[in-house]
Amino acid sequence: MKNKYSVFSLIKNALSQHENWQQAWGNPEPKKEYEAIIVGGGGHGLATAYYLAKKHNLKNIAVLEKGWIGGGNTGRNTTIIRSNYLWDASAGLYDHALKLWENLSQELNYNVMFSQRGVMNLAHNLQDVRDLKRRTHANRLNGIDAVWLNTEEVKKFCPIINTSPDIRYPVLGGTLQRRAGTARHDAVAWGYARGASDMGVDIIQNCEVKGIKRNGDKVEGLETTKGFIKTNKIGVVAAGHSSVIANMAGLKLPLESKPLQALVSEPVKPIIDTVVMSNAVHAYVSQSDKGELVIGAGTDSYVSYTQRGSHNIVEETLKAILELYPIFSRMKMLRQWGGIVDICPDASPIISKTNIKGLYFNCGWGTGGFKATPGSGDLFAHTIANDEPHKLNAAFNLNRFVSGDLVDEHGAAAVAH
Amino acid sequence: MFLINCPFCGERDQSEFSSGGEAHIVRPKQPTELSDDEWAEYLFMRKNIKGIQFERWNHVHGCRKWFNIVRDTSNDKILSVYKMGEKPPVNYK
Repeated sequence: MKNKYSVFSLIKNALSQHENWQQAWGNPEPKKEYEAIIVGGGGHGLATAYYLAKKHNLKNIAVLEKGWIGGGNTGRNTTIIRSNYLWDASAGLYDHALKLWENLSQELNYNVMFSQRGVMNLAHNLQDVRDLKRRTHANRLNGIDAVWLNTEEVKKFCPIINTSPDIRYPVLGGTLQRRAGTARHDAVAWGYARGASDMGVDIIQNCEVKGIKRNGDKVEGLETTKGFIKTNKIGVVAAGHSSVIANMAGLKLPLESKPLQALVSEPVKPIIDTVVMSNAVHAYVSQSDKGELVIGAGTDSYVSYTQRGSHNIVEETLKAILELYPIFSRMKMLRQWGGIVDICPDASPIISKTNIKGLYFNCGWGTGGFKATPGSGDLFAHTIANDEPHKLNAAFNLNRFVSGDLVDEHGAAAVAH
Repeated sequence: MFLINCPFCGERDQSEFSSGGEAHIVRPKQPTELSDDEWAEYLFMRKNIKGIQFERWNHVHGCRKWFNIVRDTSNDKILSVYKMGEKPPVNYK
């Protein structure tokens, strides 16, 4: 790495008032032609470029971002990382990502603030208890750490939870994945951008894709706001706008784009040292290093590309938060925002080739893509470089909607929607 | 958040309604004749338009009737409301 961060570089730059730090990544103009182009400069797109350069030795590649890197869903999510999914295919995918997270700060020489503070999922009725216990067993068979906690153990693990049997949705227990946790979302995008840029990847911001040039059944390049760029491999990682890009190539995807909201409170002293999710009442909460409560709300029921979301969704979530944590009743919420998530009918992602040669899609992550960032990038890079999926993402192909071989994670796997 | 002008009840808050997704997806007349590709197209593939989209909505916490709307998904503005079975307005494409 050209400009390695270390305690020595910190001291050296402190002596010059921190005015001589080099830019972490370049700001080039697009070349006329690339071996491969990644559309979308979020965490997944930048990770894809990073692994293409690092593991597959593709150096002449570009990442096109219509805004600024990490300004979309990467900077808008609630940063929860876990791998406790029910089905084997999902367990393989998400645990691959979790293993990469565990060494990511060292790998990137960039502190992504990965914190394995545990994720607890609460059960509020008998069916929740059965489902979550089943998932715990499935996780352990797949080598993923998971334990079942009864109500007293939940209270002990997170004392501020209201475990009274008299509330509307009493806590009947929960599952805990101790290896799960959170990371700093911006740092993930910045770390991958710096790593990719260092290996010669062109990261081109403020460059929107306007069209895909096809010659018969293969791609030839991209029309962008910075002119035409020739390439015969295009990897699309455009999250909520995947259908818009697909439409440019005459493709239809099984996606619906919906606003998903989150909000943060004013900062307070440390009060919750883990992540608690509750699917039945739809509330999940953790505390950032700045002290803000980070609260995830639900998606709207309708297709929309406005990065806002409806007020009634926030109301429902805060009602649930207040019942579970009466201690938060006087907290003020500081900010609320929305991101556009691309939801698949089976709540599982698509990391796949298409029937157009050289066109690849990584989409459909819906409400939970952040946790998969390193694994998604690694597997998508493998798929693009080899024109074949890796065995870990083979099940997540686009053809599953034709064959019927869905990976149905809706509700089954602590998916919060 | 927006208001929807239900053709039966008048203007109400969006939270009273539930979205039924893309409108005018025709149920196959001969389901047994359909290929796997055609089933996938009917069941799963969606236009998911950024811009003017034709949609079905149900006034689930009101009259519980279904109807269609034309909405711009890039700003949530509703351009037209029409009843089930009526022809979609032609001035939006």
